[in-house]
Amino acid sequence: MSALSRPFLPVLVRREHASLAIKLVAPSAALGLATLLNLGLYLLMGRDPVAVFHAMLLEPFLSWASFSEVLLKMGPLLLIAQGLAIGFRAKVFNIGAEGQFILGAIFASAIPIWLPQATGQWIWPAMLVLGALGGALWASLTAFWRVRLNANEILVSLMLALVAAQVLNYLLLGPWKDPAGFNFPQSVMFQYDAMVPILIPGTRVNVSLLIAFAFSLSAWVFMQRSFAGYKLQVGGLAPRAAGYAGFNEGRAIWLSLLIGGFAAGLAGAAEVAGPLGQLQRSISTGYGYAAIIVAYLGGLHPIGIVFSALLMAALYIGGDNAMVSANLPVAAVRVFQGSLLLAYLIAIAFVRYRLEWRDAAHGSAP
Amino acid sequence: MNALEFIVAGMLAAATPFLLAALGEMVAERAGVLNLGVEGLMALGAVIAFIIVYHGGGHLLGFVAAGLASTALSLVFAVIALGLRANQVAVGLAIGILGQGLSALFGKSYESLTVKGLPKLSLPWLSDIPVIGGLFVEDVVVWLSLAATVAIWAIFAYTKTGLVVRAVGENPKAARALGYPVIAVRFAAVAFGGALAGFAGAYAAVVYTPLWADGMIAGRGWIAIALVVFGTWLTSRIFLGACLFGAVSLASLAAQTTGLDVSSQLLSSLPYLVTIVVLGIISSNRRLLKLNGVASLGEPFEQ
Repeated sequence: MSALSRPFLPVLVRREHASLAIKLVAPSAALGLATLLNLGLYLLMGRDPVAVFHAMLLEPFLSWASFSEVLLKMGPLLLIAQGLAIGFRAKVFNIGAEGQFILGAIFASAIPIWLPQATGQWIWPAMLVLGALGGALWASLTAFWRVRLNANEILVSLMLALVAAQVLNYLLLGPWKDPAGFNFPQSVMFQYDAMVPILIPGTRVNVSLLIAFAFSLSAWVFMQRSFAGYKLQVGGLAPRAAGYAGFNEGRAIWLSLLIGGFAAGLAGAAEVAGPLGQLQRSISTGYGYAAIIVAYLGGLHPIGIVFSALLMAALYIGGDNAMVSANLPVAAVRVFQGSLLLAYLIAIAFVRYRLEWRDAAHGSAP
Repeated sequence: MNALEFIVAGMLAAATPFLLAALGEMVAERAGVLNLGVEGLMALGAVIAFIIVYHGGGHLLGFVAAGLASTALSLVFAVIALGLRANQVAVGLAIGILGQGLSALFGKSYESLTVKGLPKLSLPWLSDIPVIGGLFVEDVVVWLSLAATVAIWAIFAYTKTGLVVRAVGENPKAARALGYPVIAVRFAAVAFGGALAGFAGAYAAVVYTPLWADGMIAGRGWIAIALVVFGTWLTSRIFLGACLFGAVSLASLAAQTTGLDVSSQLLSSLPYLVTIVVLGIISSNRRLLKLNGVASLGEPFEQ
């Protein structure tokens, strides 16, 4: 008799099919659960939970000024998460998007740093392209290690993210340091033509948000409508079936990682060519890791991810608000992010299974 | 003291956080559970131990509390990943992010503060041997970790407990048919791994570098997971791997202090680069991995 079928213990029974309503309820329930847990934590820390709740979850949506900042943060999260979700559905776990993001930012910065006098409308598009290539190149190392050397992509991509942070430090403390920057680890400010044009006048939201939406649309077409996307999904759901059907596993891994790296690199490029305007140490506030949560929270579906990216962006802005108005440490955002993913995984378990209370007298679970 | 003596003397202490965390992960993986949250479990243990030692609670209480806190967090992993059969990769990542967040949150007002480490105990006579004598001058936690390594090796080599854990990892259906409680064994293995990760974090924070800095675990939890692969799930090889990483981190430290003309960023990324290279070498030997790997690793168990 196993531990799960002793008298009066709950047993998980797989649902025949989960309704769309339940699938939509799951993320909302997860948000509710995570919110409750974290407000409890703030109460224990001696903060006013109502004030934190207001600052963190409502304020980002209450004024156009702060909502435009949410949209600005949404861009990179949306891009990275869409790229990652494609890999996750193929069961290729690229968790080093942070590194691919950094390499994208570095590659893009090479143009304005090496050609500070250059002018013309070609500069920012060239930076975005170069950044995307840089991200894909960094991800290709992981793909090579996984396909040719059989190494675990989770560990390799994460180690490469830690190396990428050191590469960035090296450049900013050495060859790329702004000579007139009072020894701060940052590059020169980029010229005007290196900036992605503003999309909504009066805000910092730029054209890269449109690019992120266009990428989302392509991700939807690719995953739901193309044969290549179908092959990736079969490889993730039923690797053996994919093998029998002659779908090449190595190609699926290469494709997943290159798409993920491309998107993360593009996001990194858009960050330095957008709100930052220079290469600096804090180019990413954990976007690469937060995007993993965004991807799962959106159900690994291109449409769901649009909403979860918006939510995660609001959490970033709300966390900054709460830091100012409720004296909440910025680390609270990371705690919220982690608990949000856990709450989602709990909620999604109840989409897949329902609890049944059984006692041993009626026999064990089927 | 020359560079070689410096590395020999400090190697075991530098290896201890890797060793403890990797052995804990090995036990969980032997039972078929892939817990990727080690970095977060270590970070939580580190901050709890630091806070307690800083407020005068002493090292023993610090280690116990760190072990308990990380065990509690690892049980959250177990409930969701094993009880609710969620994707182990995703749950592990979430636990890692949560643990690191909690660590930063709790440790915020302790940034850059220091505590006292532990005294070194030297073995008589052996510690007087030239060059390698430093190996025999270690603090009590290092000695206990070495004892734990031998104990874990013996449990897997000689006892029924070790056999049951391996059976549950290799073929959970067969283990269940023989009457072993698969889920309960996996819970216990995860909790054990959580406790060791907590001790590993505590050692890093209150003995090895007794100074609080956010992010001080610095990837050591991830390297510990890689060490399990390097060691092909064998205690003795994991011990050797941990020593290698202890030596690598000291070598980069030694190179920095001797003013060798290598950028400090290259030296800081040395452990990560070594991980990537060794992972490639070991993993490309597919037969070796297949021979020693755990058949049901990462798969949820449904009876």
